[in-house]
Amino acid sequence: MFHRFANPARFMALANILSPWLTVAATGLLVAGLYFGLLASPPDYQQGETVRIMYVHVPAAWMALFVYVALAGAGGAFLIWRHPLADVFAQAAAPLGAGFTAAALITGSLWGKPMWGTWWVWDARLTSMLILFLLYLGYIALANAFDNRERGARAAALLALVGVINVPIIKFSVDWWNTLHQPASVLKIDGPAIDPSMLLPLFLMAGGMKAYFLAVVILRMRARLLARRVRALRLAAVGG
Amino acid sequence: MKAKQKRLYLALGGLALLGLASALVLSAFEENLVFFFSPSDLQAKEVAPGQRLRLGGLVETGSVARATDGVGVSFRVTDGAASVRVTYDGILPDLFREGQGVVAEGTLVGGVFQAREVLAKHDENYMPPEVADALKRAGQWQGGAPAKGAAQ
Repeated sequence: MFHRFANPARFMALANILSPWLTVAATGLLVAGLYFGLLASPPDYQQGETVRIMYVHVPAAWMALFVYVALAGAGGAFLIWRHPLADVFAQAAAPLGAGFTAAALITGSLWGKPMWGTWWVWDARLTSMLILFLLYLGYIALANAFDNRERGARAAALLALVGVINVPIIKFSVDWWNTLHQPASVLKIDGPAIDPSMLLPLFLMAGGMKAYFLAVVILRMRARLLARRVRALRLAAVGG
Repeated sequence: MKAKQKRLYLALGGLALLGLASALVLSAFEENLVFFFSPSDLQAKEVAPGQRLRLGGLVETGSVARATDGVGVSFRVTDGAASVRVTYDGILPDLFREGQGVVAEGTLVGGVFQAREVLAKHDENYMPPEVADALKRAGQWQGGAPAKGAAQ
């Protein structure tokens, strides 16, 4: 029992130190990113002011993929090494990942209407991103579908691991197949195809969203660990 | 220790098999996963009359002609190797212009593509208007090169 609690206790100490810094970083980066994105960056030569949707859409889509890879990694750590914090992290992160995916889908739709002329098409990129959103929802539902928490956590971890196959499909869908969505702009072999004045707000927003995610995920993990602690103490009081 | 290693290899093996299965399924469905066909694809494949499909490529420079009734528009879509004439009655998206990518949905009738919907495809380049002008002045402009998807 002591051994099992050693890790979460160390995590709590670390979380207490990191939390305020992450909150400050998230607020600062997001405010700066929104300022540069909405006010202090130029319009696009073709898309005009509509290009500013990119500063929310692209970082949200990056986070959607990042959180899913982290979720799958936690699933693996839980199933293979039985890491005590892996499940706590995954349960805390999954709704955030679903939120980022929903944000990417919604802003993408709002961007698609004026630029492409349609809210939605069933091309490979958009469809695989919708599947990612459904994977998140499935993960959350499965984790909470069992009376026995441990069983739910195992089933959900397995789903997260299996679903990770969708991540490279999303990333390379625009290269493998003809899609309406354009190919990658930032991560390409011959350097980003985005002007530096537009890359600045993009990276500020990306950093801000990552700091926001870490700050909130730590907050949610602490809440879960404390709730577990309260439950254990109550049981001990009743039993004692 | 032994059980952990067994689980690790099981997970890695499972993922490898899953990846292989996905790759096989995706390559088998290749034809159905593409969002549009290029003009070269259309020439190479047998298209049943009345079959709805999507055609994608670049609007050929100088090929856009408005009909005299002011509603219809006709243009050629090219992928550099082949081109197809497209006719369309309706509102074109804002990004529609010569040299830009489009995806048209409709039917191929006697070599002419009758579109029911035309969508604009934009490329991966983002820059302020001044930079675009400067590039054009310096002769470094690379716009109008076939989009990656359209050339396949």
